[in-house]
Amino acid sequence: MSIPRLELLNISKRYPTVVANDDISLAVAPGEIHAILGENGAGKSTLMKIIYGAVTPDSGSISFNGKEVAIANPAAARALGIGMVFQHFSLFESLTVVENIALTLGGRQDMKSLGRRVSEVSQRYGLPIDPARLVHHLSVGERQRVEIVRCLLQNPQLLILDEPTSVLTPQAVRQLFHTLRRLADEGVSLLYISHKLHEIRDLCHSATVLQSGRVTGTVDPTRESPQSLARLMIGRDLPVCSAPPYQGVIRPRLEISGLSLTPDDPFAPSLKDIRLTLSAGEIIGIAGVSGNGQAELLAALSGETTVAPEAIRLDGRPIGHYHAGRRRKIGLGFVPEERLGRGAAANLSLGDNSLLTAHRRGLVRHGLIDHKAVRAFAAAVIARFDVRGASPASAARRLSGGNLQKFIVGREVAQNPQVMIVAQPTWGVDVGAAVFLRQTLLDLARSGVAILVVSEELEELFEICDRIAVMADGRLSEAIPTRETDSEKIGLMMAGAQEPASNEEVPHVPA
Amino acid sequence: MIEYLVPILAGTLPAATPLVLAGLGELVTERAGVLNLGVEGMMLMGAIAGFACAATTGTGVAGALIAGAIGGAAGSAIFAVLAVWLAANQAASGIALTIFGTGLSAFIGQHFVSYSLPGLQPVNLPLLSGLPLLGPVLFHQDPVVYFTLALFAAVSWILARTRVGLVLRAVGEAPEAAHALGYPVLWIRTLAVLAGGALTGMAGAYLSTVYTPLWVQNMTAGRGWIAVALVVFAAWKPGRLLLGAWLFGGVTILQLQAQGLGIALPSQLMSALPYLATIVALVLMSRKQRLLQTSVPAALGKPYLPGA
Amino acid sequence: MSLLEPRPAPSQWMRLLSPLLACVLTLFGGAILFWLLGHNPVLAFRVFFIDPLNSANGLSEWLLKASPLILIAQGLAVGFRARVYNIGAEGQLIAGATLAGGVALWLDGSGNPLVAHITLPLMIVAGAVGGGLWGALPALLKTRFRADETLTTLMLTYIASLGLAWLVNGPWRDPNGMNFPQTILFSDKALFPLLFEGLRVNASVFITLFAIVGFWFFNARSFLSYQLTVAGQAPHAARYAGFSGARTVWFSLVISGMCAGLAGVGEVAGPVGQLNLNLSPGYGFAAIIVAYLGRLNPIGIVVSGLLMALIYLGGEAAQVTLQLPSAITGLFQGMLLFFLLGADVLVDFRLRRPRRHPA
Repeated sequence: MSIPRLELLNISKRYPTVVANDDISLAVAPGEIHAILGENGAGKSTLMKIIYGAVTPDSGSISFNGKEVAIANPAAARALGIGMVFQHFSLFESLTVVENIALTLGGRQDMKSLGRRVSEVSQRYGLPIDPARLVHHLSVGERQRVEIVRCLLQNPQLLILDEPTSVLTPQAVRQLFHTLRRLADEGVSLLYISHKLHEIRDLCHSATVLQSGRVTGTVDPTRESPQSLARLMIGRDLPVCSAPPYQGVIRPRLEISGLSLTPDDPFAPSLKDIRLTLSAGEIIGIAGVSGNGQAELLAALSGETTVAPEAIRLDGRPIGHYHAGRRRKIGLGFVPEERLGRGAAANLSLGDNSLLTAHRRGLVRHGLIDHKAVRAFAAAVIARFDVRGASPASAARRLSGGNLQKFIVGREVAQNPQVMIVAQPTWGVDVGAAVFLRQTLLDLARSGVAILVVSEELEELFEICDRIAVMADGRLSEAIPTRETDSEKIGLMMAGAQEPASNEEVPHVPA
Repeated sequence: MIEYLVPILAGTLPAATPLVLAGLGELVTERAGVLNLGVEGMMLMGAIAGFACAATTGTGVAGALIAGAIGGAAGSAIFAVLAVWLAANQAASGIALTIFGTGLSAFIGQHFVSYSLPGLQPVNLPLLSGLPLLGPVLFHQDPVVYFTLALFAAVSWILARTRVGLVLRAVGEAPEAAHALGYPVLWIRTLAVLAGGALTGMAGAYLSTVYTPLWVQNMTAGRGWIAVALVVFAAWKPGRLLLGAWLFGGVTILQLQAQGLGIALPSQLMSALPYLATIVALVLMSRKQRLLQTSVPAALGKPYLPGA
Repeated sequence: MSLLEPRPAPSQWMRLLSPLLACVLTLFGGAILFWLLGHNPVLAFRVFFIDPLNSANGLSEWLLKASPLILIAQGLAVGFRARVYNIGAEGQLIAGATLAGGVALWLDGSGNPLVAHITLPLMIVAGAVGGGLWGALPALLKTRFRADETLTTLMLTYIASLGLAWLVNGPWRDPNGMNFPQTILFSDKALFPLLFEGLRVNASVFITLFAIVGFWFFNARSFLSYQLTVAGQAPHAARYAGFSGARTVWFSLVISGMCAGLAGVGEVAGPVGQLNLNLSPGYGFAAIIVAYLGRLNPIGIVVSGLLMALIYLGGEAAQVTLQLPSAITGLFQGMLLFFLLGADVLVDFRLRRPRRHPA
């Protein structure tokens, strides 16, 4: 075998509460697409940050093209020829594409000639972008292209991609893979981080599987089955949810009609004439690339933003003008995407976080808090929803993503909602907790509650939803029965309005 | 009417000068993502440093401005340690700086109470000062007024057109992204805070050695706070800041010339005019939410520590 | 690289220790300052912090200064917990004092015994109303026009003091006061009764005592206080829960304005005894430090208020004994808040341990 492009030997990194990387070794050859596979919290991100110089390992060594190197910071990584495309984009919103790229390249840059180089590279690799546009006018897909072009302009020998497909439609994923294979053919090595098994089997030449910070296998993914990869990843078979048919009376519970909204945030999309009827016993999923109005729709449904009374009805009652507290009082539960800071206050205990939404359940009398009742409520939620390693006195920020999500979902479920709205129910959650959460939602629906789930994970929606609607450019499609569609069709709908979306923006005229 | 208009307009530029300098300093600071509410304190530190320098050395106004810049920068250095390096609450750190600067200037200023300085004579720009109306208004001013305008042009150019400005704006927009690219975010912010402090200190020194060359305790009288408000009013854009400062300079002068104009309000109530105008300006800006939200540095006021 | 790393959870110990650390550091800073000024630091500290409390009169003056500081800080702390930054308590104090003083002037000279009985209660109400209104204005500006309350409360402070200046220079000036900007001295019925003969401490301290108990209970038990805390710590969570943001702003500003206004009454109907331009030696600003130093906690504020009052007394003593400008009080206040903010970093962060494997 030739000299590997990158070789890690016995890399370890410990944090005060967790060992993120434990004795990890791997090698990537020139032109190889190498997957790092593992579930949330397995240590993938820490490992990539170590390679990119953003985190210093406690022990172990890194060799690049056969030479041992110490990568002190990201600039050093770039100097070696390592580029990284971040999961959460590291672009500057109020700057133009070319200004963003100039910042990465360092040194003096002539904006005009740099702009020409950007256009050139973007065309060569099928990543069309306009160098003069402001980043905040770009769709997430376009932003990712900027990130990739930015790396390519530095002629990288190794490109790291952190969950690059989480913001793309299935069709855009194919386009991306095409570009990545071309790069590999040109001799660039790629480190591809993902938890999506089928993508890795499609794209990658080899895979290193991580579990709880340790390497559990180095395999050729094309020779593995999803089941065998899953076993390496979580140490057992992928558990599945059971979705029995709903036996109760079907009647509309949440009716959304003619909901239009122009948000305060000048960069956010407007909602355009949203219509949807959610019935007892069913789960409707809303798919879509993030930033197409999901956040605005959720705020309007939860009552964090109020709208015209008739735009939203709960069991026939107009509630569009109700604020969040009043909506919850009449049976509308909501679990937001942001757990810390929105669904729960980070520094408050789980007891105090119960009070956030459950204060009507006898926890407050005459304006005074009944601390005993608060503790009892929190303890009941913790027990019933399998929140591990926590007591009513634990601060919310000390819980893992999965356990905090179980607590928040549990807190809302314990208030017996009629309608439940959940955003990204299992985002960043380990597999075990994800299955528990999905099953909780299924059971809740089958008890007669109407549930709306907004998720970027298409597979999740196909697993638990009865119908799926697609959000694109502030519009919501009709909800199609899950049985009558597939991810290919949903993907096309997601892409449908995506590109024109960015052109429709009213250009900002500075005063 | 014209005999009142000329002194009002001619007085506007000097009255606006401390606001231009302090506002520009705060604008640079805020563009780097740091909200420094200590402008009033730094201005007073600059004012006493400049005054003490002019009163005890023979370096004149030039020396006073340099001393003022150093005084203001010294105040902002304390702020930078707290708000940048220790990630302390920026609003509270700024308020602490104002309390400290007020106390320090009063403490040192005790030696200079009622001491007065010669000030500066206006200079005539050749040919131009002879122009009717425009001549006395624009071209018969003290040298610091011109120096301030030149400084303003230079800083605006650096912010908008140079790599230094680009990096500064990037740090104010997304410090974690700038850090990921390898930029020393804390040092860049520190430099912005120090530059802001120096400009603000100069504003104070101008006030105490040129505008009213006489030491009075708390002589800035809220101008530092008005400068903070001006930055909001300007929507973080230098051009709007200059216009805003002139507007406020005009209001200040109007209040002094009120009697000449036949306005019979008591002087104390006329003195409240600039403060009232500040509130009105903030209220008017509420109609411009879109402008504010598209131009506010995204990371403004949020403490950032790399790796935290 | 940063010298700090985040703690896994905020340290409750540091939360309590940091004010002490700040005090110790301020003492060190003060010692250096005294030394630089050519005074023996030990002697200077004696003058500053010990001697003022050596007599009954000293203790009376201590309470007299601590009372308004504590009262204002209690109100401010409510807002600070909700991240509503009212820094114009000085103006609200002046507004309350002015309105109360107006009542005193209005009822002055009436021979009616009933009037004599209700003068002081009316002044107290007027003080609370005046301060509350001066706090309500920025609340309106914030909720209706999104105008930043830090700036508006401060601008209103300047406006309040200019308004008072106009009144005592014009319509309300004492005709026999030799043109000094002040009103007549109020009669006894418009003054708080003294607690001890010959000492200036008066019954206004009972308002503060009542406030301490009230705010303690509010803080410990009320749901509203919880809502304010959430609004401050996690504004998105407050919105998610449906807590009204506008109510948070209104309540915080009005309650802190009322406390400041009441403190203003304590001054005009107490040691000052008239309206003039030296009503308050910056109590409204110093109370900001008192609130933070007391951890925004009603009991903590009592301790920090007493400390701040001592700094005021020390400043006066230093002026008399050491011929130092009384502005030294402001220096100490600024240092104290600087050190507190610096020490508070250790609540959420700890010093980074040196690496075992240098990169």
